[in-house]
Amino acid sequence: MLVFFIVLLSCQLAGEVLVVATGLPLPGPVIGMALLFTGLLLKGNIPAGLDRMADALLSHLSLLFVPAGVGVMLHAELIGAELLPIAGAVVVSTMITIVVTAWVMQLLGRRGAAE
Amino acid sequence: MNNELQAIWVYLAASPLLTLTLTLVAYQGGIWLYQKSGNNPLVNPVLIAMFAIVGLLFLTDTDYRTYFDGAQFIHFLLGPATVALAIPLYRQLRKVKESLLAIIVTVLCGSLTAAASSVGIAWLLGASQQTLLSIAPKSATTPVAMGIAEQLGGLPTLTAVVVILTGITGAMTASWLLRLVRIRDARASGLAIGISSHGIGTARAFQISEVTGAFSGLAMGLNALATAILVPLLFQLLG
Repeated sequence: MLVFFIVLLSCQLAGEVLVVATGLPLPGPVIGMALLFTGLLLKGNIPAGLDRMADALLSHLSLLFVPAGVGVMLHAELIGAELLPIAGAVVVSTMITIVVTAWVMQLLGRRGAAE
Repeated sequence: MNNELQAIWVYLAASPLLTLTLTLVAYQGGIWLYQKSGNNPLVNPVLIAMFAIVGLLFLTDTDYRTYFDGAQFIHFLLGPATVALAIPLYRQLRKVKESLLAIIVTVLCGSLTAAASSVGIAWLLGASQQTLLSIAPKSATTPVAMGIAEQLGGLPTLTAVVVILTGITGAMTASWLLRLVRIRDARASGLAIGISSHGIGTARAFQISEVTGAFSGLAMGLNALATAILVPLLFQLLG
């Protein structure tokens, strides 16, 4: 298991280094994801241990957002002052985006959709 | 509080153990309520945990810094977890390959829709200039969104909050909304959730199905790139 945690951290580290070195407008972990994906493509399969590691991390993915979410308290006043525009934009725009995106993909991706 | 309790409190408040445990307990409580509700997505564990923790921090007069000293150990795992999204994506390699062009076009449309609709609605409802700039990149994953907000002259920390609230909104509304507009394609659902509501949405998408989760993770990554390029361009066009 440890080896595979090292794999994940190394990909992230390589991603962070690439971002700093090239000024790519992406976060290190997203580059790390692309690097790991490329590695898997080259290897041709997923090692069982890496598979379990990913399942363990991803099964509680939403927990990992709680600490940042509590940061809401830092902006309680600002959000309170502009509650209507902020809440309106967040809720309505998110719903519009979900519908438009799903609709576009369903329309474009007919092939293979029946599976 | 008597003196002994006070002493214990002072001791615990100085160590990260207390807020780390608090975060896990609050989230577990959220999961428990979610399960009690018959897995109703409106009973969102992240939102419940956030409310519980913010409430407790206010009651105990604890600042966010102190809280984060403990919670950072959980926050840290977001990086490796994001990297790990490559694995479900690889499992869906065939499905990704056969619809690659459709995926790219969808991400571009979705990214523009997210930015234009959030700015448009906030503007109609009378948001200040700074708020407009802060919410434009709200559908991208937090670090990208904060970077864009900073570049535009918004308030990155406000962006971080708006991004989280966006993710929670997506996680709460996506499944019934997709049912309402009759989306049956798991790939389309995944892209919709990942583009609109990044990692928090992706966490929810994995509860729907493995395909939905994998496509959501992919969409989150591609949307980060699309948003970083499109949103600054959009503002240049708008002047």
